Amino acid sequence: MKNNKDIRVVVGMSGGVDSSVAALLLKEQGYDVVGIFMKNWDDTDEFGVCTATEDFEDVVRVCNQLDIPYYSVNFEKQYWDKVFTYFLDEYKAGRTPNPDVMCNKEIKFKAFLDYALDLGADYLATGHYAQVREHNGKYEMLRGVDSNKDQTYFLNQLSSDILEKVMFPLGHLPKSKVREIASEHGLATATKKDSTGICFIGERNFKEFLSEYLPAQPGEMMTLDGVIKGKHDGLMYYTIGQRQGLGIGGSGDPWFVVGKNLTENVLYVEQGYHNENLYSDELIATDLNWINPNDVKETFSCTAKFRYRQEDSGVSVHVLEDGNVRVVFDESQRAITPGQAVVFYDGEVCLGGGTIDKVLKQGKELDYVG
Amino acid sequence: MEHIYLDHAATTPMHEKVIHAMMPIYQEVFGNPSSIHAFGRKARQLLDSARRVIASSIHAGEKEIIFTSGGTEADNLALIGTAMANREKGNHIITTVQEHHATLHTAEYLEKEGFKVTYLPVYKDGKISVEDLKNALTDETILVSIMYVNNETGIVQPIKDIGEILKDHQAYLHTDAVQAYGLLDIDVNNLGVDLLSTSAHKINGPKGIGFLYAREGIKLNALQFGGEQERKRRPGTENVVGVVGFMTAVEIMLEEREYRNKAYEGFKQQFLNILKEEEIEFQVNGDIESTIASIVNISFPGTNVEKLLTNFDLSGVAASSGSACTAGSVEPSHVLSAIYGENNACTTNSIRFSFGAANTTENVEEAAHRVAKIVRRLLK
Repeated sequence: MKNNKDIRVVVGMSGGVDSSVAALLLKEQGYDVVGIFMKNWDDTDEFGVCTATEDFEDVVRVCNQLDIPYYSVNFEKQYWDKVFTYFLDEYKAGRTPNPDVMCNKEIKFKAFLDYALDLGADYLATGHYAQVREHNGKYEMLRGVDSNKDQTYFLNQLSSDILEKVMFPLGHLPKSKVREIASEHGLATATKKDSTGICFIGERNFKEFLSEYLPAQPGEMMTLDGVIKGKHDGLMYYTIGQRQGLGIGGSGDPWFVVGKNLTENVLYVEQGYHNENLYSDELIATDLNWINPNDVKETFSCTAKFRYRQEDSGVSVHVLEDGNVRVVFDESQRAITPGQAVVFYDGEVCLGGGTIDKVLKQGKELDYVG
Repeated sequence: MEHIYLDHAATTPMHEKVIHAMMPIYQEVFGNPSSIHAFGRKARQLLDSARRVIASSIHAGEKEIIFTSGGTEADNLALIGTAMANREKGNHIITTVQEHHATLHTAEYLEKEGFKVTYLPVYKDGKISVEDLKNALTDETILVSIMYVNNETGIVQPIKDIGEILKDHQAYLHTDAVQAYGLLDIDVNNLGVDLLSTSAHKINGPKGIGFLYAREGIKLNALQFGGEQERKRRPGTENVVGVVGFMTAVEIMLEEREYRNKAYEGFKQQFLNILKEEEIEFQVNGDIESTIASIVNISFPGTNVEKLLTNFDLSGVAASSGSACTAGSVEPSHVLSAIYGENNACTTNSIRFSFGAANTTENVEEAAHRVAKIVRRLLK
């Protein structure tokens, strides 16, 4: 067995409190810790100010407090090609993409992992709330102990081979404890606000951001029966189950987005949070990743999440011949959204996941969902 | 693991004698050189003798030396100070695309202030062309600013030829000699320069001190206002300790210059020879025959700067590149972009190694082997 001091761990540091504490814990465990800041997006404004510069400053300060070397690496091109292009393509297709899942798959645990290995790293560590467990020579991913912060949903595309080289030092900690450790050690990032939203959009207005890249095509907003209720600003601005921003007045229950028709450029809306048209009982998912594919049976029962921070729901999974899956819900589900991830769990173990492609009700595809 | 320093173009370790010269000043001489009492005179004495030594090191007069905080300030003062003072003579300035940012960004600032700036190109050998300069000169030209030795490639520029051309022209000639000062024998009269910038920490002196040579009689505006120091051209209480350190570094430099040229050139050749023996594929950027002894800029095809520098540092070799990679933004080297064109791979796979006082035959050899090992591993 190697001593920890001979084990090099590259920590992906964002300048936030989580990755700062991840680095601190590894340093305390005696590893040869190297901090690396990754820049994936350039948001330099007209004054030459860029959030990456500020964040890197925080990385520098924390690394100096920990007395570990720090560097930076640029993946703007890879991010654009692999994540942002996908992100736009999905919106163009009327779906709601999940760039964080793609970023973990293509950038953090692929391009960045390769980069870390090229620096002689034995492991790549991040501040994600998830856990890795070795089990009979295979590597499993478990939910983070803090169920409110668990990030396995976003990590569903990792494989056992990748997890073998990954450490999640925060997986066994609640977020409150992480903040506590940070302030106990007086880390420069101890009280820094958590980042919110999609990394490249940040605090900016989502609609405005998207309109810089995709032409908005306003169109009709109507019920599934064809009653016109108003105008929409462009289908890409709406997601299934959304209530805000529809601007439909009048009496009765509030209105919700239930679907889209891309060819006709129509946004479907219906009344009531529990409107039946928002509910479905099956889905088809594509781009499946199984963390340990050999353990996957043709048909099995487990739990699943269809959105981040949602409670698990019971499902039965049927692996289809083409590798896609049909997921049958134990109880019908509200606002299943194509483009989002469906992620499967066996107890605390994350089995993997895929992209929601089609939504079905009583065996029939809901074509209005998109 | 021994950390080996191959980044002397960024800064140099202070010479022990410099530290010894500065210590007693810190302890004993605190007076303000402008004061009219014994404490002040003591400080003024030190300042005067340092100015004498430093002036004579470039064959200048004492009154022609303006102490600054370093090279950047000297460049700023040279460009802005003369541009503003000579506006009635014309509004055209000539510089080159491969200047240090202290010059380039100052030139850009002057453009915003209404000056016209011509940026001369640089060729494959890493030099600018004297013909280009001739063609760019107009009656409106008031200042030509061309660095003596490029800080990334180490290529020596034809300053004397330029001085010759400008002899009968109104334009002042400024040269940023920050990389040249420690190794080249500089005679401002022979070179024909009117302004020249240097920095102490590049020649084993302390940080925070440098000078601008400004030929007697040239018109130069101050950039800051206050006292009468440096004949009002650079007001502010003088950095006496720094000046003494600078002087000492200059004295040692003058004594050792010949030896240093030989030694550093030896380190450079030794370094390149080991890379060749190890069969590493590389290419020296610019004409190696025209480089200063201390600097070599090497392109390693198939690699990239971020990964190379990070790996070098993790294995204890300190080098650098002209491409800024702080905060994750990769700005390809503006110097190599000027030489090769913007999208050439050399602009993002080149490393500057610079040799100096922290080197020995042994540690240069060790560093070369470490570099070879890393490059080989990354290309696998």
